[in-house]
Amino acid sequence: MLADQNSNNHDIVFTTKQLSVYYGKQLAIRDIDLEIQRHKITAIIGPSGCGKSTLLRSFNRMNELIPTARVEGKVYYNEKNIYAEGIDPVSIRRHIGMVFQKPNPFPKSIYDNVAFGARINKYQGNMDELVERSLRQAALWDEVKDKLKDGGLALSGGQQQRLCIARALATEPDVILMDEPASALDPIATLRIEELMEKLKQNYTIIVVTHNMQQASRVSDMTAFLSIDRSSPEARIGILVEYGVTQRMFIKPEKQETEDYITGRFG
Amino acid sequence: MTASVETNGDFKENLGFRQKLGRFFNVLLLICTLVGLVVLTALLVDVALEGGSWIRPQLFTNYHSRFPEKAGMKSGIVGSLILIGLTGLFSFPIGVGAAIYLEEYAPKNWLTNFINININNLSGVPSIVYGMLGLTVFGRMFGLFEPDSWLVKAFNIPVAAGMQGGWQFDLFGIPGLAIQLPFGRSLVAGAMTMTLLILPVVIIASREAIRAVPPSIREAAYGLGATRWQTVSTQVLPVAVPGILTGMILALSRAVGETAPLLIMGAFTYVPFLPESVWDQFTTMPIQIYNWITLPQEDYRIHLAAAGIIVLLAVLLSLNTIAVYLRNKFQVKW
Repeated sequence: MLADQNSNNHDIVFTTKQLSVYYGKQLAIRDIDLEIQRHKITAIIGPSGCGKSTLLRSFNRMNELIPTARVEGKVYYNEKNIYAEGIDPVSIRRHIGMVFQKPNPFPKSIYDNVAFGARINKYQGNMDELVERSLRQAALWDEVKDKLKDGGLALSGGQQQRLCIARALATEPDVILMDEPASALDPIATLRIEELMEKLKQNYTIIVVTHNMQQASRVSDMTAFLSIDRSSPEARIGILVEYGVTQRMFIKPEKQETEDYITGRFG
Repeated sequence: MTASVETNGDFKENLGFRQKLGRFFNVLLLICTLVGLVVLTALLVDVALEGGSWIRPQLFTNYHSRFPEKAGMKSGIVGSLILIGLTGLFSFPIGVGAAIYLEEYAPKNWLTNFINININNLSGVPSIVYGMLGLTVFGRMFGLFEPDSWLVKAFNIPVAAGMQGGWQFDLFGIPGLAIQLPFGRSLVAGAMTMTLLILPVVIIASREAIRAVPPSIREAAYGLGATRWQTVSTQVLPVAVPGILTGMILALSRAVGETAPLLIMGAFTYVPFLPESVWDQFTTMPIQIYNWITLPQEDYRIHLAAAGIIVLLAVLLSLNTIAVYLRNKFQVKW
């Protein structure tokens, strides 16, 4: 594992080229070049406001929901630029699922929560099987199998987050984006989410934004460290400082700034 | 008098005075609250005393009569209910549609801002102005269907002259789907005027209900590959509907009590029949009450009017009760 990425193109899910995102006139992240490897967990770490979530949301074009957001550069998903003209963001989001910071189940039954994504995408298979499979994958089935018709909001926070993961899995995605998925959960629920991520990476590529350095070092294979560009700190522009295998990053970072952040000297 | 725990040179605490001031405002604010309530209660008690014994079957089964003992407001009650039904039918889709557009679709630019400001302004326009508007637009349709108008001449439209004049035809040639242009003094004209009157309120209430749906729900839906309309129709609207209905019903209860615009529209004060279709003339409860108050005999002026007010208040109260019930029953608890 210590050997740095020695991968061919087949193992690369995402490649970003000179990716910059603006909110209005404000530049949020600048010139990010990154390769995300298949069936690995990639953690994005960095201080508050450095554009971690912005970067994550460029992978499924969620930034476009903010009216003033503008994206420059390219993001290749399986070697296809998802920002090319004529690409419908709706078609991308089914393949690239997303789990949010705060568990956000729909105010509907557990079953309907999981089935929603499949329904809107006109899933032709057996819905009951899909729901069960997704809930099993999210390690929630045993807890909810007798109350699938109950409301999703009645579950505990950790269960709600696993429901949201099951909901994302039900559209049979390729990649799962997680935006601080455990930051609103207690330590035990957090641990369960981390175990789940470990299991899911056999079948899915996971990109996770986290504030929690221990979490990044525990679960991720690759780590990207974003920080504020120090040459113009007033502008608060996020740049990619270092990217590499997690173990090496946490033991022997190449950049002084990375070491300062990881050891808690700032951030 | 409360003594302070400690004295400190630079602070002149004056605690006694501050506490007294606090108590003074406590009482003052209570009085402010009571003024409205006391006057309203006095009014209700007075109305109940004057009109209570006049709430009799004939009030609901009879039309207006020369004899107070036989007079009722059947046509007013039925007219009000139909008018409200039609107004709801017209204003719900238009109001909710506009609210969805403004909240979920409209780009944030000067035009949207301009529309926003004007919707708020419109909700404060006096109802009599809407009456004039309704009369011109719906009641007379700018005189376009009078025998000597340019439109009638240009297209050779077969119009009739006189009170029930204008152009009458069946929509798509289907018998029963009658259309009458202009709308004249019909229920349709009244309901459309009322629709204009309450639309700003419906739009504002619906927008608030839509805005109250957490953005995280929209994100979740978009994140699963939902289109904008799928997100709105399957997630946002179901959550917003209780709030929308509440606003809708409260707006309708405002329309129930409106008199001025309908008087301008030419709703009659004496209608001794029930409307047979939405193109018929009509009267409403407030107009009937207004009519009774203008009559010289005490039985009309005081007792029947009071009885009518009780019925009107009962309708208003039940509408508001339905609104509260809907809100409590279907509101999503996050």
